Formats: sequence, structure tokens, C-alpha cells
Amino acid sequence: MHNVVTIFRREFASYFATPLAFVFIVIFLILAGVFAFYIGSFYERGQADLAPFFSYHPWLYLFLIPAISMRLWAEERKSGTIELLMTLPVTLWQAVLGKYLAAWAFAGVALALTFPMWITVNYLGDPDNGTILAAYIGSFLMAGGFLAIGSCISATTRNQVIAFIFTVVICFLFLLAGFSLVLSVFEGWAPQPIVDAIASLSFLTHFTSISKGVIDLRDLLYFATVIAAWLVANAIVLELKKAD
Amino acid sequence: MIEINHLTKSYGSLLAVNDISFTVKPGEVLGFLGPNGAGKSTTMKMITGFLTPTSGSVRVCGYDVESQPLLAKSCMGYLPEGAPSYGEMTVRTFLEFIANVRGLKGETRKRRLDDVIQRLQLATVLEQAIETLSKGFKRRVGLAQALLHDPQVLILDEPTDGLDPNQKHQVRTLIGEMSKDKIIVISTHILEEVDAVCNRAIIIAGGRLLADDTPQNLAKRSPSGRLDDVFREITTGKPVTPEKVAAHA
Ligand SMILES: Nc1ncnc2c1ncn2[C@@H]1O[C@H](COP(=O)(O)OP(=O)(O)O)[C@@H](O)[C@H]1O
Ligand SMILES: [Mg+2]
Repeated sequence: MHNVVTIFRREFASYFATPLAFVFIVIFLILAGVFAFYIGSFYERGQADLAPFFSYHPWLYLFLIPAISMRLWAEERKSGTIELLMTLPVTLWQAVLGKYLAAWAFAGVALALTFPMWITVNYLGDPDNGTILAAYIGSFLMAGGFLAIGSCISATTRNQVIAFIFTVVICFLFLLAGFSLVLSVFEGWAPQPIVDAIASLSFLTHFTSISKGVIDLRDLLYFATVIAAWLVANAIVLELKKAD
Repeated sequence: MIEINHLTKSYGSLLAVNDISFTVKPGEVLGFLGPNGAGKSTTMKMITGFLTPTSGSVRVCGYDVESQPLLAKSCMGYLPEGAPSYGEMTVRTFLEFIANVRGLKGETRKRRLDDVIQRLQLATVLEQAIETLSKGFKRRVGLAQALLHDPQVLILDEPTDGLDPNQKHQVRTLIGEMSKDKIIVISTHILEEVDAVCNRAIIIAGGRLLADDTPQNLAKRSPSGRLDDVFREITTGKPVTPEKVAAHA
């Protein structure tokens, strides 16, 4: 545990060592605002809630989260520090967890900085703050799912650009599975349980259900499983090809 | 103690390290010699637990590196080839990170940090980002990191590679000053280095151990009495054949 904390702190600080962190956060906040106000017609809807804001998070994350995760392991490979890290008295799991949690915390900071949206909507009307909190939790969990995928992909290469692209592609598949357009393709011929199974694989399905204000144990379990599975894969990838 | 038993590593069809066995005892400064691609780094990566051997085993300080990796790693300090470190960190935060991972606390921690900073003359660059340092300083940061917990066993992969003559001299002096009951393994392809700091030399080429002796005895094997000539003869296989040399050793 002590080592997880040490690795977490080093990794978290490294995000802020370059202007990249601030650039990232600014882009995230601007895009979140643009989507909510212009595309999501935040004002014109005349409703005091954050639904238009949250509904674009999956698409924002699709490109922004891989930008956070791409460096996690690819950078360690490229600079050779992976050899330093893996010959210190830390376990592979401590390293994987510490780094992953740092990336997740960074995403959490970016998400938390959208609080002016919450203030605005409370100023304008009388929203259901319970629903908003649930949506924030759902959004954070979804970010965690994207990041676990990104961390694993980042471990497979020393090239951050490749890590970024492959993470976007895989995350896109995870989103797509819940898209009604995709599901309707299956609905024509596949039995309903299969359609439901495909839909239940998607981040979109679970995020949407949480952001309606109901935190269902199944949705939590889903994100926990996705994160755990990708982190296990992450550790296996590292174990198998540490030196390449 | 480092005990290496029939250590082998293959990358696909390439045998990078081929059935190497030797032991190193406290007080020995072992020069690990060989041309580029001989398998020096690969061997060191297996000793330090970074790579898993294809077959064979390594014990360090009595701990099997594969089955008790944390205990083995705790008693080793390692400078990987090229001295990698986190470039965006300052020298101070980097060394503090290593101190945390090594579990150094309180008075010991402060004493050890002060000691390596003084020994490697890092005081002037403590607040500088590592990526902005010169090659010589980067190497010294790597050495400081390896020495920080005052390990019983030190594994240094080409510690002087790419340094200027003054910096090389400094690093060699540092190694010479190290306490006499440590185990130090240095890989190099610079022969003067072996003469300068080692009391034992192992020559490997093509992944095989070809000679194991004191630098003085090795030098005697050539009529010229020069280590360079012996090295060339042994690693190119002429005119002294490797088998003959191995038999001598
Ligand atoms: N990750 C790797 N994959 C494939 N071959 C490798 C890898 N690392 C090293 N080698 C090969 O193994 C041999 C030994 O390499 P190395 O141990 O680095 O030699 P040295 O350190 O003595 O110069 C070389 O032929 C090298 O090309
Ligand atoms: Mg090497």
C-alpha cells in the first residue's frame, strides 16, 4: 500500500510537471462547455438540469482520456525507466495500480473543475442535485473504464501516438456497442438476450442509466469488472514483454 | 553473494546468454567484459530481476530472484544501461522518490540522501529537472539512485559509457572508495577500466563465458602482456581458442 501511494504521488505530480496538464484541463473545460451550451442547447431547453452537459461526456472522453493514458507505460518503455521501476522493490501490481490511480485522479481533477456548470444550473433554477451527483459519479467511473483500457494499451508499445490511436479505437468499440444505431442492426435478426448482452457491454448503457440518477449495483459492478479486467491484462502484458 | 547457475536467455532463436555460471563474493569488484552484443546487459537484467531467465537461476544475498524478488531487489542497487531516470523530475524529487520506495525513513533517510548528494557532487543541481542535465550529471544521478540505500550488492551497467575522461576518473574513484565488503559488478567494454577498478574479470562473447580470472592473470595470457590483446584473442577466437581459455579458467 505504501508503495502504491509513493508511485501514485510521483505519477500524479508528473502530469503537472509540464504545461500539458493545464492545456488538457483547459481543452476539456472548453469542450465540455461548448458541447453543453451550443450543441446541447443548455439554455434553450429551459430545464434546470445538467443532462445536456453529461450526455456528451462519453464523446469527450473518447478523445481526451486516451491523451491522459497514452503516456502511462509507453513513456516508461521509451525512456527506459521501466527497467528502473521494475528493479526497485515494488511488485508489478503496485506499479500498475499506482500509475493507473494517478491517471484516474487527474481525470477526476479535470471533471471536478466543471463545478461552475453545477453552480450555474443551481443559480438558474432548482435542479435535482442528487441526480447531478449520480451523473458525476457515473462520469468518473466511465473515465476510469476508459483509462484502464488506455493503461493496458499503453503497456503494449513505446510509441505514445500508437497507444493513443489504438485506445481511441477500442474505446470507440466499447461505446458503439450501446449505440441504438448499432443495436438496431442486431435487433432485426438476433434474439433479444443477445442484443441486451451487446448493449450491456457498452459504457454508454451503464453511464446513461447512472446519470438518470439511479446508482444501480449492477452498473457499479460493470465498471468495477471492466477496470479490473483491463488492469489484469495490463499486468500480463507487462510481465510478458517487459524488455521489448 | 551472487550465485548464478546455468543462466540462459533466448530472444526467439537468438541465444543472448548461453549457460553461464559463476559466483561473486563480498569484497569482489567484478568487471564484466565483452564486445557489444555479448550478453552483458541481458545477464545484468536477469540478476536484477528485470528479465526472467529462459532457464537457470540467480540468487542474490541468499534470495532467489525469481521466487523472492522483493527481498533480492532490496539488497541490490542497479544502474541500468544509459542511466534512465524520470526527466521531468528534479534531482531532489527523484532521489526522494527512490528513498520512499526503498523505505528509508527519518534520520537514516536524511543521512543517506546527504551522503549520495555529497559523494556524487549533486548539490548544485538538486533543483534542476533531470532532462536538462548534462550526460555526466545524469549518470551521476543514476549512480546516486543505485547507492542510496547503501546496498550490499551493486550492479552497474556501463557506468562510464559516454563520459569524458575526467568524469570517467571520478566514477572509477567513487567505485574504488566503496566499502570493501560489498559486491560490485561493472559491465564495460573499456579495458583500462578493468585494470583501474576490478579485482576480477569475466569475459563473455556470444552469450558464453570465455574467461574468469584476475585482470593481471588475464593480461599474462598474451605474449604482449596487454589486456587488450587477450580480450581480442579471446572474443574473436584467434589465435587462442575459447575452449582452451575456458579450460584454463
Ligand atoms: N529485447 C531484445 N529482443 C531481442 N534481442 C535482444 C533484446 N535485447 C538484446 N537482444 C540481443 O541480445 C544480444 C545481447 O545483448 P546485450 O545483452 O544487450 O549485449 P551487451 O550488453 O553485451 O552489449 C544482442 O545480440 C542483442 O541484439
Ligand atoms: Mg549492454
